[in-house]
Amino acid sequence: MTDAVIEFKSVNKWFGKMHVLRDITLAVEAGEVVVVCGPSGSGKSTLIRCVNALEPVQGGELVVLGESLTRPGVSLSALRTRVGMVFQSFNLFPHMTVLENIMLAPVKVRGLSGADALRTARALLERVRIPDKAEYYPANLSGGQQQRVAIARALAMQPKIMLFDEPTSALDPEMINEVLDVMTDLAKDGMTMMVVTHEMGFARRVAHRVVFMDAGQVVEEAPPEQFFAAARSERAREFLSKILTH
Amino acid sequence: MRYEFRWEVLWSGQSGAWLLQGLLTTLAISSLAWLLAAGLGILSGALRTVPWKPLRAVATFYVEFFRNVPLLVWMFFWYFGVPPLLPQVAREWLFDHGAEFWAGMFALGVYHGARMSEVIRSGIQSIPKTQFEAAVAMGLTTFQAYRLVIVPIALRLIVPPATSESLNLLKNSSVALTISVAELTFQTRQIETYTARAIEALTAGTVVYLALCVGIATIMARVERRFAIPGLIARGG
Repeated sequence: MTDAVIEFKSVNKWFGKMHVLRDITLAVEAGEVVVVCGPSGSGKSTLIRCVNALEPVQGGELVVLGESLTRPGVSLSALRTRVGMVFQSFNLFPHMTVLENIMLAPVKVRGLSGADALRTARALLERVRIPDKAEYYPANLSGGQQQRVAIARALAMQPKIMLFDEPTSALDPEMINEVLDVMTDLAKDGMTMMVVTHEMGFARRVAHRVVFMDAGQVVEEAPPEQFFAAARSERAREFLSKILTH
Repeated sequence: MRYEFRWEVLWSGQSGAWLLQGLLTTLAISSLAWLLAAGLGILSGALRTVPWKPLRAVATFYVEFFRNVPLLVWMFFWYFGVPPLLPQVAREWLFDHGAEFWAGMFALGVYHGARMSEVIRSGIQSIPKTQFEAAVAMGLTTFQAYRLVIVPIALRLIVPPATSESLNLLKNSSVALTISVAELTFQTRQIETYTARAIEALTAGTVVYLALCVGIATIMARVERRFAIPGLIARGG
């Protein structure tokens, strides 16, 4: 565990009285793709939202890229430039074109020149396979295209880690694969990824490890082949039987 | 009884010059107050939604304090109440440079700023929270997220109510006549006094206000269309 880039050490979190993360201990290494799954309300989204400090944790320690987020005085903005995030609801800025969406943070946060940011943005649009949509507004794109732009936007900051919070849950079935393909490419390029998803096919093919959560706890972690063939915990087997029957 | 209209009172004598002067003063006081109101409104409206309680409290205090006192009282307050509190140099400068105008402008600006603030807050609150999260998740600071994403979206959403509020501001500038700012209503009354022709004088004032407001509404409708966010139902009329 020497080159862990994300380390949860006995992390606890509450929403009011609700104990949403219970004593989480988990490490993710550089280049690793970890799929987090579990029933609704199990805390999996909360877990990855802690990694870029969208949610503060209340107990234990969380170290991301060598910085302890639980220590006071840590610069959240600086951390977030190194951790990209893709949301379920895309969250492109509706008043900006695709290019403007992608260029915003590189120009405003990194201080890149417009020309450099533009070159990067166009290259990223090639990478997510929609170079022809550069001048479109988000509303004029399909869900799958919007999500790919959102991935490009996150990549524009050249993050070391990418977080995906149910990136395909809001998509029509025929668009899911175009997003998963882009994520698969990213994984092949060696990106460290934490992915909350119900796409078990993706987990099987791409993940190095599956983390199963229930009721705020990490119940089980295992390589996908082992997890899907023979999950150790009853809860994981029950979960899998529910989502794999159709 | 038959009333004989004598419209020529509006351009004979000094009437024309008075009307024009009134119009210019109304435009000046309203546009300066509008800038002040827009600035205060955006600032306090945004502050009321930030994740930091003391800032929210300051903004809430501003809004509740300034919108819950009648505009007329504010006019009197800034004209009669505030100058004695200023250092003598400032006070003398003020009275040499149209204190009533500045007091009126200030009263109008802070009052409508508080009302504008609520319009802007409602605009911001109609934006999903995840938009803010997406902005800060890219490394923008909270301030940058507001300046570059949240406020620009909110401003596009609130053009219609902001237009109404701007028209109210323009019309409320007439209250400044009570502290003897020689704006349009003041001048209309003056024409009436000099000519004893109330209907003609007030009709002139009415028509000018109407023309101004319809003009502004037309411009704002264009602004709304020009900056409409693609994909929303909204379409300027």
